[in-house]
Amino acid sequence: MAIVTLTIDGIQFSAKDDESILEIAKQNGIRIPTLCHLDGLSDVGACRLCLVEIEGWNKLMPACTTFPIEGMVIHTQTEKLKKYRRMIIELLASEGNHQCAVCVVNNHCELQDLAYEVGLQYVRFPYLYPKKHVDATHPKFIMDHNKCVLCTRCVRVCHEVEGAHTWDIANRGINCEIISDLNQSWGSSPSCTSCGKCVLVCPTGALIEKGETIAEMEKKRDFLKYIVTARQKREWILNMSDEE
Amino acid sequence: MNKTITISPVTRIEGHAKITIHLDENGTVQDARLHVDEFRGFEKFCEGRLLWEMPGITSRICGICPSSHLISSAKAGDEIFAVEIPETAEKLRRLLVLAQWVQSHALSFFYLSSPDLLLGFDSDPSKRNILGLIEKDKELARRGIRLRKFGQEIIEILGGRRIHTPWAVPGGVREPFDKSKKDHLLNWIPEVKETALMALEIIKKVHQDLEKEIPSFGNFRSLFVGLVSTDGGLEYYDGTLRVMDGNGNIIADHLDPRKYYEYFDEHTENWSYLKFPFYKPLGYPKGMYRVGPLARVNICDYIETPLAEKERREFKKIAASDGVVNNSFYYHYARLIETLFAVERIEVLLNDPAILGDHIRARAMINRYEGVGCNEAPRGVLFHHYWVNKDGVLQKVNLLIATGQNNLAMNRTIKQIASSFIEGSNISEGVLNRIESGIRMYDPCLSCSTHAIGQMPLVIQFIDANGNVVHEIRK
Repeated sequence: MAIVTLTIDGIQFSAKDDESILEIAKQNGIRIPTLCHLDGLSDVGACRLCLVEIEGWNKLMPACTTFPIEGMVIHTQTEKLKKYRRMIIELLASEGNHQCAVCVVNNHCELQDLAYEVGLQYVRFPYLYPKKHVDATHPKFIMDHNKCVLCTRCVRVCHEVEGAHTWDIANRGINCEIISDLNQSWGSSPSCTSCGKCVLVCPTGALIEKGETIAEMEKKRDFLKYIVTARQKREWILNMSDEE
Repeated sequence: MNKTITISPVTRIEGHAKITIHLDENGTVQDARLHVDEFRGFEKFCEGRLLWEMPGITSRICGICPSSHLISSAKAGDEIFAVEIPETAEKLRRLLVLAQWVQSHALSFFYLSSPDLLLGFDSDPSKRNILGLIEKDKELARRGIRLRKFGQEIIEILGGRRIHTPWAVPGGVREPFDKSKKDHLLNWIPEVKETALMALEIIKKVHQDLEKEIPSFGNFRSLFVGLVSTDGGLEYYDGTLRVMDGNGNIIADHLDPRKYYEYFDEHTENWSYLKFPFYKPLGYPKGMYRVGPLARVNICDYIETPLAEKERREFKKIAASDGVVNNSFYYHYARLIETLFAVERIEVLLNDPAILGDHIRARAMINRYEGVGCNEAPRGVLFHHYWVNKDGVLQKVNLLIATGQNNLAMNRTIKQIASSFIEGSNISEGVLNRIESGIRMYDPCLSCSTHAIGQMPLVIQFIDANGNVVHEIRK
């Protein structure tokens, strides 16, 4: 680990080189929109909302998986970036079946919040209205593929935190979808522990609790912070040895 | 030469429609049809969705009576859960239904119909609306608006918003009643009661003024269908179905609304998206029936609140030897009696300590694969019928909507009005407005009632005076 100096939106900062540009920006109060990123999970750069411009680089880079080098000059809010971010949300909206008005997480949805943030007022692309499946076979939870944005938070939390790895991704391109175990119904999954972490980290109404009605469900994501801190710092073990 | 007069769009109703009137060579009305040319499709696209979402989704059917869809949908959910909902939840749902009646009836009378009745069918069309009413009688218009506001405010207090609240859910309701709002609503009661009584006086004066015209406004015998309480009283939330004929005879009583499909069927015509429900034992189209305020006030044995009951007895006098009021013009009168009833009943409910309870929701999972929910929407009895799989995913949906059930009667009404007022080439704007107002009497909600994907091929037919098809184009 080394300390580097970099410039974000015209302001100079010193930062550790093993922290992503997204983390550095966040520590310094600079807001970069994200969707697939969640504190406590690894980053995959899937949603492309956190793209930033770096001077001298000919590609836009995702802030969550890009690390700083000495003298880097970064722009997070250019017109080009704003245009792309709005277009990403537009494409997500046209690709799924996101009817906010009758969604269980209406008013508590990260995709909806982002649409407001990027100033999305209408969608220029034709809606695809894909025929998607609702898996309600699990006794406690429901997977509604209509509202999935393939952020893979569920896949990561299940693998990295719960350790069950029930969720995974199948197919490619427009046919890409989240599957449980060997592409079987969630209710028949032998690996799922029914912990519900995937439901809480899902940014949209794709993963919901059974029995929740329109606009009723709020996702509480704070739990992840406590679990990850406890696991990394192992404070309970230290305390136990103190007592001994 | 044959001639077709088209009124499009029909104004001051909820939804989109057109009317065609078919005249023969002598200018005599041959037929008149209400074409509902909008399509909603809820029955189809709800398939594959979740039972818990249904009240929220189906309440989006309508911006005027979302609460009625909400309640029927939640009740269908109760059936599928196989639960009895807590007492507080039932009373709060009842309060919501009554508030819905008040706001919708106030809208129908003051905003949509009273311009015809108070300013005249032949008055200047540009002023024949709520603004014209404000100009003529500011205080009355203000009272009408405030009456509607009273209903809307109760809905907002209960459900958090005036339109499209998702508050009623399978098993009960989501939020308890906010005690701090009780006195505010109770203090409002005297004013709205007075407004309801005032409106009743107005309609009685209209009856006198239009004495000659009223007999041509949908005056025919038909069946009447609606819910009644166990002892035959006016019912709005629960109860059983009663069928009365045009002579006031009860031909079927205490039918289980959950088996509505045993008594009613739906016919389709290729010129309208609105289906034509009929009473099965009499067949189509003889099984024509009317629902809504006229039917409800006709079929019940009594109304449980004193002022409304007094009015009901006055209303019954109109029926005279018929035993039942067969003229659709009296929908307005019945609607105002119901408004008075709703206000009186809201007062009783607000004073009931049971509404303040906090046990409001029964939790359960899928215990039955089929459920029917039913309540009296402002426009008539409303059925939601759902079939689910063991996981709660909708397999099939059938919605039998109040307005649809009046479809045959509405068509009959416009034909009667057209025949009475169109003479040769005399087709003035005022005559066309009378035909439209014939539809308005039913206070139809067309957006509510067009859901099934049926066969609606585009066919253009050229028909000569003898009724022969001389040319036909199909797409």
